[in-house]
Amino acid sequence: MSGNMNLTLKIWRQKNTKTKGTLVDYKVKDISPDMSFLEMFDVLNEDLITKGDDPIAFDHDCREGICGMCSMHINGRPHGPKDAITTCQLHMRSFSDGDTIVVEPWRANAFPIIKDLTVDRGAFDRIIGAGGFISVNTGNAQDGNTLPIAKHDADAAFAAAACIGCGACVAACKNASAMLFVSAKVNQLAHLPQGQPERMKRVKAMVAQMDKEGFGACTNTGACSAECPKEISLVNIAAMNRDYLKANLISLED
Amino acid sequence: MAALTFILKSSIGNKIIMGLTGLFLIVFLMVHCFVNSMIFMNDGGVLFNEAAEFMGNNVLIRTMEIGLFAGLFIHIFQGLNLMIKNRKARTIGYSVQNGNVSSKWYSRSMGLLGTLLLVFLIIHLRHFWYVSRLTNEITGHSSTMFDEMKEVFANLWVVIVYVLGMISLSYHLMHGFQSSFQTMGWNHNKYTPAIKMIGFWFSVIVPLIFASMPIALHLGLIK
Repeated sequence: MSGNMNLTLKIWRQKNTKTKGTLVDYKVKDISPDMSFLEMFDVLNEDLITKGDDPIAFDHDCREGICGMCSMHINGRPHGPKDAITTCQLHMRSFSDGDTIVVEPWRANAFPIIKDLTVDRGAFDRIIGAGGFISVNTGNAQDGNTLPIAKHDADAAFAAAACIGCGACVAACKNASAMLFVSAKVNQLAHLPQGQPERMKRVKAMVAQMDKEGFGACTNTGACSAECPKEISLVNIAAMNRDYLKANLISLED
Repeated sequence: MAALTFILKSSIGNKIIMGLTGLFLIVFLMVHCFVNSMIFMNDGGVLFNEAAEFMGNNVLIRTMEIGLFAGLFIHIFQGLNLMIKNRKARTIGYSVQNGNVSSKWYSRSMGLLGTLLLVFLIIHLRHFWYVSRLTNEITGHSSTMFDEMKEVFANLWVVIVYVLGMISLSYHLMHGFQSSFQTMGWNHNKYTPAIKMIGFWFSVIVPLIFASMPIALHLGLIK
């Protein structure tokens, strides 16, 4: 079909966590501009499997921009050249025939590479496990308006809760800092009445776990928010720092 | 005191130290800039010398000077410490990184700019602080601060080093001024745009005034 593209891909191949990886060149032919970036990878992998080669390991799940699995650093940017999207929502029409595309995994010591483009984001789960929840037995879902919540609080909580935990913030940050992720997970609860009882304990525990995982500190460059597929705001980081100061200096909670 | 160990232990605590000392040093810059601007009175340095003498002899100012050095030392030490820690968070980097799309180069180069400022600071302290505080050249009235400035800035290379130092300062402040507020948690639609605007103009104007001093003295515009 006319308009289809031939591309050169430079993809990071790495057998496992312990071995050293390298960029390997691949050619893909006749790629439709309507394909998603992941579908282009499917075509490449089919080709590799047919040839008896090892297909490229990459994370993907929902392919509709909400699961946060498709971690690919494309041409120097998390999730590629478009703003506010995940890799599965990136389409080949964003590239031109003859382009060379470099695809690397998220780079952070807290995200060890499992294989090729797949990284272990278990550090995020452990941060959530440290305090990103409320300790009550909820039973059945309550009626929608049982707890009246002011619009501005509901909006702020929802904006923070939009975080899909993809790790693009860590990937984009020069310090591989997880502050945007952690602040979103702290604030989605800090704005709601259910989040109040453990608010101080939560922020301390989650920040402590974040530091323990080996993420860097926040330099406020703003790269995290600029690359975030859900456009989580830096306001969350400031709000978390406020809570963190309060938890350490004022709060009577342990 | 145990409750305050978070300042040393946590990454947010570390950054709060950077922000607080940074804001403290910004206040110092304002005072320094105000006092030195007295050379622009063009009165042969009379008013400036009086101010310099006051700053050098007043007990309160001299006590605050200790605090200033403490603040500087903490800012430098903590900055270097964070730079090392942050590098450890990503030991294998990207082969392609398009950082300029998502952030400003100077916000990613605070360590480099700070190191350049440290080199400048050592040269600057040797030129003026050392001579005025640790020798009796000025206290013994064989020379004045203004004479010292004229002598130092007669050398074109020194002027160039000072201008480069002020360019580093400008970019360091361009990020640091507003960043310190963000770290302290002071981010709100009501005042953050004002902080960013004030920060920008502060970062342009203050280094510009400082840089104009060696230039004006070198060219003999001030006598």
